[in-house]
Amino acid sequence: MHTLTASIEGIGLLGPGLTDWLSSQAILSGQRPYQPHKTVLPAPALLPAAERRRSCAIVKLTLATGLEAIAAAGLDAASLPSVFSASGGDGENCHIICEMLASDDRQISPTRFHNSVHNVAAGYWSIATGAMTTSSVLSAFDASFGAGLLEALTQVVVDNTRTVLLACDTAYPEPLYSARPIPDAFGIALVLAPQRGAQALAQISVNLTDAIADRFDDAALENLRIAIPAARGLPLLRAIAMRQDKHVVLDYLDSTRLAVAIALC
Amino acid sequence: MAYFSLNPLWLSYFTATSSIGRGLDQTLAALRQRRAGLAPCAFDTVDLATFIGEVAGVDAVQLPAHLADFDCRNNRLALLGLAQDGFAEAVRAAGARYGAQRIGVFLGTSTSGILQTELAYRRRDPVTGALPADFIYRTTHNTFSVADFTRRYFGLTGPAVVVSSACSSSAKVFGSARRMMAAGLIDAAVVGGVDSLCLTTLYGFSSLGLISEQACRPFDAQRNGISIGEAAAFALLERTPEHLDADAVLLLGIGESSDAHHMSSPHPDGRGARMAMQEALKMAGLRASEIDYIHLHGTATQSNDAVEAKAVQYVFGSGTPCSSTKGATGHTLGAAGGVGAVICALGLQHGLLPAGLNTRQLDPTLDLDYVLDNREQPVARMLSNSFGFGGTNCSLVFARAN
Repeated sequence: MHTLTASIEGIGLLGPGLTDWLSSQAILSGQRPYQPHKTVLPAPALLPAAERRRSCAIVKLTLATGLEAIAAAGLDAASLPSVFSASGGDGENCHIICEMLASDDRQISPTRFHNSVHNVAAGYWSIATGAMTTSSVLSAFDASFGAGLLEALTQVVVDNTRTVLLACDTAYPEPLYSARPIPDAFGIALVLAPQRGAQALAQISVNLTDAIADRFDDAALENLRIAIPAARGLPLLRAIAMRQDKHVVLDYLDSTRLAVAIALC
Repeated sequence: MAYFSLNPLWLSYFTATSSIGRGLDQTLAALRQRRAGLAPCAFDTVDLATFIGEVAGVDAVQLPAHLADFDCRNNRLALLGLAQDGFAEAVRAAGARYGAQRIGVFLGTSTSGILQTELAYRRRDPVTGALPADFIYRTTHNTFSVADFTRRYFGLTGPAVVVSSACSSSAKVFGSARRMMAAGLIDAAVVGGVDSLCLTTLYGFSSLGLISEQACRPFDAQRNGISIGEAAAFALLERTPEHLDADAVLLLGIGESSDAHHMSSPHPDGRGARMAMQEALKMAGLRASEIDYIHLHGTATQSNDAVEAKAVQYVFGSGTPCSSTKGATGHTLGAAGGVGAVICALGLQHGLLPAGLNTRQLDPTLDLDYVLDNREQPVARMLSNSFGFGGTNCSLVFARAN
């Protein structure tokens, strides 16, 4: 078996009822009840004014989680390669474009078109942080968290570099919501490093497995894990929040999952 | 970033289907005959005055019954592409050789099957606004759809993903596959790109004023925008065996970067493009002078070609033959990197530097050895550029085995 090992140096988290990693640890570890409420996306202060006006939900989401993780790791965002993984691009923007294209006036605006690309978050991220490093922008439908984690781990292991993983999804409004019921914005960011340095929170060793993905006993957290692809990474964060060396299985493709051995630092 | 130099990867099979032809023979013949696939746009209900590179016969493609849920233009085009040049048979043989779980699928697309959603929005319930019951999001519109279709078509169970970074997508898949192979998770990879015509890109590029009303003219003094095309291009990547035919094609280097500048305009000095080409050369262990031909991204917008020329000059000087083939195929967006890879592979095997089409008067301010007539000569190494929206850049270096 081929095991991919990396250290987690920083975590960012934002979603319904989860406002950041620091305050969410007590919820994930079961010390405080999980009370879902609509995700509040902060204004993207780091973007120039013109880009800030044009930015959409998925841009605000990834700037919030990514910068939280990188600040915790004490690193400069401009120095890090990145992996963005999402089931789709910005949901609201997609809906508005499809509505216009079905109408008599198909003249969508340049900003709408900018924001329609799957890599809109990666583009704004590099503008905001000044990162000229490589950015892998991925989709694997419900397997997007696992696909992103694998891509980030192969960067760390093969290219011997730190990287930041930004798993993120935003809600589709109706009528697309009925076809793809993602209810809210949710994101996890992880700074991953090849060495187990002073700032490491945990070391993870990841294999492909046939085992079944871990679930939450708490019904609301389990709903969240199932409803939003990026939230399939939450069992990993729960293990770190519980401050225990653990094995977890994360959801990935129908044919294979990710077994993660977590050793706290 | 500390790169380990690349162990060359072998493109054991490859194929491309675009508006200039189905498969390698038609593609090579079109390149040799300088035949373009661009024609005035008559796609769907589009009322834009522009040229497009449409693949003939996509609508007639039928998906296998067990994959009927995946039916959309993008996956029909994918299947049409997979059926050429014995590519599907080669993937099946690799599956038998390595095991289904040891082959990864890494495909690029920008818009996937979004056309299906655009059409569904015309058929919303007048009362509830609901989309029609026959609309299936997951297997058509979703960005992952084409990789999911491909892995199910071949029964592959290894890692699978779509890279969707606009027009660099199907160049960057080579990077993801390389890392996955080097990490030991897989033994072979189906890589490539599929992008198909849809209203979002036609009206979107139009809104930016980036669409030409004629067939696009890369590097022409009067160039005034892109022609959108569609294509499916695939390669099977394997580790390099000990013994290879002399004309086998190898991937030697990959360079990836971001502009950190603007969503739809390249960095004015081409810094990101420069970095991608330099990183690709570094990974290949080559000097710029060892590259025989550059397959330019060359979209035919004023700023893209000017900036790419500046970046190429910075890295290579003005002496390396180069051209853009978008005058032939149109800009196939998320498939462009894959099409570029296949055109380079054909060029290496057949000793062809393909001419850029439609260019009547080279832009005198862009000091490059831009190839206006086909050159038939032995070629050892080529570099292919793919740059995209959001400032995403990827350069690939390919070489003949001998």
